[in-house]
Amino acid sequence: MILNGRKISTGQATGEALVTSMGISFYGGVDPETGQVVEKSHELEGQSIAGRVLVFPTGKGSTVGSYTLYRLKKAGLAPAAIINVEAETITAVGCIISEIPCVDRIPIEQIETGMQVSVDGETGSVEVK
Amino acid sequence: MHLIPEEHQMLSGEHGRATQKAMEILTALGTIYEAEEMVPVTSVQIAGVSFDNLGEAGLEFLSEMADGGGQARVLTTLNPAGMDIENWQALGIDPEFARNQERVIDAYARMGVVTTCSCTPYLFGNLPHFGEHIAWAESSAVCYANSVLGARTNREGGPSALAAALTGRTPRYGLHLSKNRQPGLTVRVDAGLSGTRAFGALGIVVGRAIEARQVKAIPYLRGIPTASVDELKSLCASVATYGGLAMFHIEGITPESSQHPAPDETLVVTQGDLDEAIRSLDVPTTNEEVDFVSLGCPHLSLNEIQRAAELLKGGHVRKTFWITTSRPVKRIADQMGYTEVIEEAGAIFAVDTCCVVAPIKGRFKRIATDSAKACYYAGAKNGFETRFLPFDEVIEEALK
Repeated sequence: MILNGRKISTGQATGEALVTSMGISFYGGVDPETGQVVEKSHELEGQSIAGRVLVFPTGKGSTVGSYTLYRLKKAGLAPAAIINVEAETITAVGCIISEIPCVDRIPIEQIETGMQVSVDGETGSVEVK
Repeated sequence: MHLIPEEHQMLSGEHGRATQKAMEILTALGTIYEAEEMVPVTSVQIAGVSFDNLGEAGLEFLSEMADGGGQARVLTTLNPAGMDIENWQALGIDPEFARNQERVIDAYARMGVVTTCSCTPYLFGNLPHFGEHIAWAESSAVCYANSVLGARTNREGGPSALAAALTGRTPRYGLHLSKNRQPGLTVRVDAGLSGTRAFGALGIVVGRAIEARQVKAIPYLRGIPTASVDELKSLCASVATYGGLAMFHIEGITPESSQHPAPDETLVVTQGDLDEAIRSLDVPTTNEEVDFVSLGCPHLSLNEIQRAAELLKGGHVRKTFWITTSRPVKRIADQMGYTEVIEEAGAIFAVDTCCVVAPIKGRFKRIATDSAKACYYAGAKNGFETRFLPFDEVIEEALK
């Protein structure tokens, strides 16, 4: 299945999807030392985003969150790619400075955790296998 | 999004790696917010300077941009740092923090950024005029630029402001467009306002009211006959902190107010509302004594420093008392002898920094200040109790 959206950050990556219907705050919500979601009562609390294709509606929280993504990337703990319904500044800037492929305007309810997903940040498309 | 040839060159890497990354950031933001094109900017103010907020990752990113050949193309100034760059020892800053903070400043300096570290760039020469397109971070300065100066900027974050500096561009959306600068709510102020605390309290009331709305609106304030620069900068800091507002109009005072009729929907602010806002931040009696006094959020103007010197002359400060301001304003205070009077009384100049961004968590328990914004961060970031007092009474508190 191919889903077409908008390109936000270039690059291509394939990985196992990790899907949530909740927004993600990278600053304070994700531990930059472990890559685990630490936000209390978040659907993904305790799960690692490292190497996954992270699928969530939109980002939230402090703008410093862009640097959290950068730090995760330097530590080898960043997501392989990000898929949003609507990208916002924090996630978009974080992906660009960290060179993480990102596309948005994707109907994310069609993707389930565990599916193999390829993200093409050049064309803005997502292939669900 | 339509790019002109020079912008395409930046995006394809012909102007170096840092400029390319900067243009990638701006085109992504342009895509998200559906801008049709870039607009040239004449001035930039960058946030993300204190090492306390940036951390090692932020520093690494800045170093990468400096190493990648990034150079500011327009006048660019910096937000406050986590310490007084020249006099950090006197503020009790940890030497390792100081080293990291210096690396941050150095990375910006290598990119041609003017390293005045202040939230009030408009008080010393980074002063855009009416209608100019600019790219500023620092929420209080953004609000001042849009509202009081009539310049045009969105609320930039650290990386997007840096990207604007390195390219001289920003995507044309949001407050760059006239249609998005129209007021959506009239605020009728039925109370006399005087001084920085009163204007800060108004900012709390208006900010909270806007924050509670489904649809955000730019307020159109009526019933304010006069307002000084110092009062306006206090109001800007407060509405930005409590309501996320990037702009307001004040009838008869701000330059774009005459272009718009007052919206029909009206919020009335009474003296009682202001008193309640003050009470929410000013808790007069608890078990803790005030052990920290701070003036200068936003950074003090020369006028305010002169007043502080007048009140402190011959006195003896009994608490840790930070006077926070910008380096250029401090130099004039030196020249005029205000610095000497203030320091003789025992207050400390904390230049280039402020009580919001300095790493002071755990060092104090209870702060006294005239700033609504400082109260917010003292509580949220540092867990301090707060006294929210008029300017003169803050100084009395320090002398007690």
